[in-house]
Formats: sequence, structure tokens, C-alpha cells
Amino acid sequence: MSILKKALTTAALASILLAGAAQAETKRIALVVKALGIGFFEAANKGAQEAAKELGDVEIIYTGPTDTTAEGQIEVINALIAQGVDAIAISANDPDAVAPALQKAMERGITVISWDSGVAPAGRQMHLNPSSSALIGNTIIKLAADNMPDGGDVAVLSATSTSTNQNIWIEEMTKVMGNYPGVNLVATVYGDDLADKSYREAQGLIASYPNLKAIIAPTTVGILAASQAVTDAGLIGKINVTGLGLPSEMAGAVESGATISFAIWNPIDLGYAATMLAYNINAGAATAPGSVIPMGRMGNATLDEKGEAAMSDPFTYDKSNIEEFKSIF
Amino acid sequence: MMGFLRSREGLLLGVILALTALISFRFPAFIAPANLANVFNDTSPLIILALGQMIVILTKCIDLSVAANLALTGMVAALLNGAGVPLPLVIFAAIALGAALGLINGLLVWTLQIPPIVVTLGTMTIFRGLIFLMTDGKWINAHEMTDGFKALPRAVFLGLPVMAWTAIACLGIFAVLLSRTALGRSFYAVGGNPHAAVYTGIDVGRTQCVAFVISGALAGLVGYLWVARYAVAYVDVAGGFELSVVAACVIGGVSIAGGTGSVMGALLGALFLGVINNALPVVGISPFWQLAISGLAIILAVAFNAQQGRRKGRIILRAAEVRA
Repeated sequence: MSILKKALTTAALASILLAGAAQAETKRIALVVKALGIGFFEAANKGAQEAAKELGDVEIIYTGPTDTTAEGQIEVINALIAQGVDAIAISANDPDAVAPALQKAMERGITVISWDSGVAPAGRQMHLNPSSSALIGNTIIKLAADNMPDGGDVAVLSATSTSTNQNIWIEEMTKVMGNYPGVNLVATVYGDDLADKSYREAQGLIASYPNLKAIIAPTTVGILAASQAVTDAGLIGKINVTGLGLPSEMAGAVESGATISFAIWNPIDLGYAATMLAYNINAGAATAPGSVIPMGRMGNATLDEKGEAAMSDPFTYDKSNIEEFKSIF
Repeated sequence: MMGFLRSREGLLLGVILALTALISFRFPAFIAPANLANVFNDTSPLIILALGQMIVILTKCIDLSVAANLALTGMVAALLNGAGVPLPLVIFAAIALGAALGLINGLLVWTLQIPPIVVTLGTMTIFRGLIFLMTDGKWINAHEMTDGFKALPRAVFLGLPVMAWTAIACLGIFAVLLSRTALGRSFYAVGGNPHAAVYTGIDVGRTQCVAFVISGALAGLVGYLWVARYAVAYVDVAGGFELSVVAACVIGGVSIAGGTGSVMGALLGALFLGVINNALPVVGISPFWQLAISGLAIILAVAFNAQQGRRKGRIILRAAEVRA
């Protein structure tokens, strides 16, 4: 039954393709984000729109829950299944909780990929990492170490203790700590991506570790709150706040010197690449390990044995380029 | 009655002091005066909101929209600041807008008789939605705010920041309002026994509405303070904070059934949570335990309330009881 259906669909697809672009239906690709109202995802939407314009026959549905919960995303996914979209590209709030809903979507013939924050392999056809986790882990510790020539203590201020992304990056970071002699990781604390809790945790780090030279916050809320806490404590120049942030949000901290440099991949590129991948897989590109799928101007994505691919290296922002980027995202 | 209140608050004060002593055993710098001032300052928004929430709860209502109100007024304050409006006017606008949002809650409860939990659950979502509509989900960041806007809550005056002084001023005003004015007493009357309140000429709905307006105005004030202090405004500012506010009231002995509660109780309830929030990062307790500890405190407080309520009973005719 399903083979027959697939054959029929393929035949139908082929005939549509043969019939030419004039009759081609618009493909509806849903970009599901962790929560609406986060600058990073708004920027990813910008990239997705750019990809849609380039492809021509694509309509982007930008959606997500209003707060970062897996339950909210499941509702959104079910609504998208009911609407019969062609593809779902999701940044998941929980790798496992959303998988059953996404499996249901795949059973209905919807292409499902995850990007930014991954879904368990059973719940998606591929996952696009913004960069490789190892590269990010190395970048965040390097940003801190580069500005502390005599070594010293560093601490990590993360998002929630269950955030998939942050936990992997911190793990990768600790693996390469040996390459930075004299730099000691003294603590990892969690600000839950809330401005007030992150601020308080940063204050706690400052109070608990008098020799602290850097706070590494691989989350946009955390890095901003930590910069503010360091500024309020009058410790600019003594404690450098670094990690991952958005140029538009970090401009003030870079200007004041609380943050010397920070990194982020380009979310516009990420939204663009995720859309291109969803489009190409929907059009029939294979998703077996080792497959190479084109992603427009971002080059090609090569899938590893876990069905994951990396987009590009993270990019460092500092005083020299913040002015240029703060108006972009 | 006063004796019971005093003993309850005395107990809570004792718990807070014991907790502080325990923490300082593990991290001595915690009891440095500068750090204690910092803890009080950090808890100020919670204290101010707990006072507003308390009078709402006194009248048998609940205001779940305080945090969303705070986020919306904070965002509007940040936008006004960006538009070049002078600071006193920005603060006035934040308080007025907060009061107006509280009035919406109050009118829905008063005139349409909708249960307050439903009304405020609805407006909570609407307020957050409005922020999204106003800003398209964009953040307002430190460099987009003027220095004066950010400096006010931090400005130190007689050893404490302005934000802490604001909380102290609110505590003073509420202490007088609740014990010395007809309005203050009517909050207790409406919650304690609505039917009796009607017979004494108190309009129950109107009193509840006033409570919502006051709670809203305080949320507006905190909206400005919050956004200026953390130097960031976005949709999710203070997400879930309404639960901390209600928790502070409950821990402080404000009865969810209405009619019981005191300024001192709300203050101590807020300080209890404030001490926990500020201590956990420095004593190195696993983050997994942090929520559990707050939750446990709430359950213990409610259990204690229930226990006290049962023992209290209601003696209508003391003479009759003695005879029997």
C-alpha cells in the first residue's frame, strides 16, 4: 500500500516536474522555532525568506510556541500536520519529547529536518548543526583564553541544565581544556535563560571566585545578564564576559568593554541553509549517512553516521565589526 | 488574633535568620552588610509585587497577570525612553499604564463577575501577546536605553540603591493603608466575610477592582525598575514571576481564602524566597534542587496555614463557651 502510494506520488511528482514550473505547486515549508520573539530565530526567518525567494516556489510558515516548551511545540507540529505542509524544519526544545509528533508527520509524507537544536534520530530525516559542536566548544574557551595571557579561573553560565545545545558545547569545551594550560574551569552554573536568574548566578560566581578572569556564557540571555552583572559590580577589565550572543544585543557590552569578543554563527545563514535542505530533501535528495545535499550559497552539507551535518565555523565579533553587524541581527 | 499573626511572622523571621546563618557557615561573605543589602535590593521587585498581590488575595481574588503586566509596561517604558520622552514622564506613564491594565482585570471581575483566576490567566497571555505585536519580537538592549534610564534604580542613596528605597517606601505606605484607612480595612472585610461587608456598606466588586488597580500600578512601577536594572526588555521578561509573587504571599501567611495577611508577612515571604534565590548560586547546591526547595517551602507554609486555621476555630460567644 505504502509502496504503491509512494510510486504514485513519485509518478505524480515526476509528471509535475516534467510539466514545467508553471504548473508546479508552491511548497510550504514550516520553520518551527523554540519560541516566537527571540531575535536569533527572527533572523533565521529572514534567511528562510531569502531562500524562498531564491527557490521561487516556496512559502515559508514561520511558527513556534510563545514560550520555550516541548508541549507548545508538539501543539504547533500537530497543527502543521493538519494543515498538510510539505516540510518541517524544527529547532527543538527537547530532543525526545517532540519526536513522536514528528514521526507522525513523517508517516504523513512530510519531510522533517531539525536544525540548531536537534531531535532524536527517530524523529527527523537529518539534523543541521550550525557548526560542529567541537568547533564551538573550542571557540568559546579560546575566546576566553586569548584574553588571559597569564591564565586564571573561568566559569560557565549556561541556559537550563537540560539544554541540549549548551550541554554538548560545554562537554566539547572541557575536552580541549588541556590545550589551554593555566586556564581552570571552576564552575558551571545555570541561569535558565531568564535575565534575573542569570544575573544572580553571575553575581554568585563573582562572589564565590575572587580570582575569576572570565565568564563564558554560551547563551544569548546569559551573556547579556553576565555583562550587566560585571558592569554593575565595577569589574570591567578584570572579568571578561564571553560566549555566544547576538551582535544587536551585545553592542552595548562590547562598547563598555565588559565583553571583549564573542562568537555566533550567522542565524540568517542557518535559516537559509535549513530551508534549502528541507526543500531538496522534499524534492527527493537522499538522507543516508555520507549523502551530500546542496544548500545554495552555503555550499554542501555532508551527513555523518548519525544523520547530522555542520553548516560552518562560528564567527567572532568584537569592537572592529560590531557596528557593522548590530543592525543586521 | 494579633498574637497568632505575630507568632507566625516571628517563626518565619526565625527561619530566615536560621537559613542565613546556615548559608554563612558555608559561605561567610553572605552575611557581609554589603551582600545583605544586595539581597534586599535584588528582592525589592518581589516585595513590591507581593504587596500588590497581597491586597488582591485579601479580597478573595488572585492576579496572575502581574508578571505580564510588568513585562508590557517595562517594554513601553523602554520604547518611550527610546523615543526621547523625559524620565519622570516615562515612570509616570509606566505606573499609569500598569494601573490601566489592572483596571481591565478589575472591571472584568467586578462588572462581568468572571472568576479572577480566569480573567488574569487570559489577560496574562494577552499582555505578553501585545508586547510581541508592539515589537515584532525584537529585544530592546542596553545600548538602546539612555544612561539616565538605566542609572536610576542603581543610584545609591544613604547606602542603598533607589530600587531598595522604593520597596521600603511601598512597605511604609502599605502599612498605613492597610491598618489606618477605610479602604485598607475594607480589603480585609471583603475577603473575611463578603456578606457582612455588604451590610456595612462596602461594595465588594468595587473594592476588588481597586485592589487590581493598585496591584497593576505596582506592576507598572516594577516594570520600569526591572527593565532599567537588567538593561533588557523582551517578550519573556520575568517569565513565570507571577508564581514567585503568589508564593511569596502564601509563604508569608496570606490566606488564599482571603481576609488574612499582613505587610510584614508579605515582606518576610518575599525575603525568604530572595535569600534562597541569592544563596543557592553561592553555596553550590545542584540547580536541580533549587526549584524543589522553593516548592517544599510553599507546601510547608500552606500546611502550616491549614494547621493554624484548624486550631483557631471560630468562637462567636466566648461566654457561652465558658459556660459549656
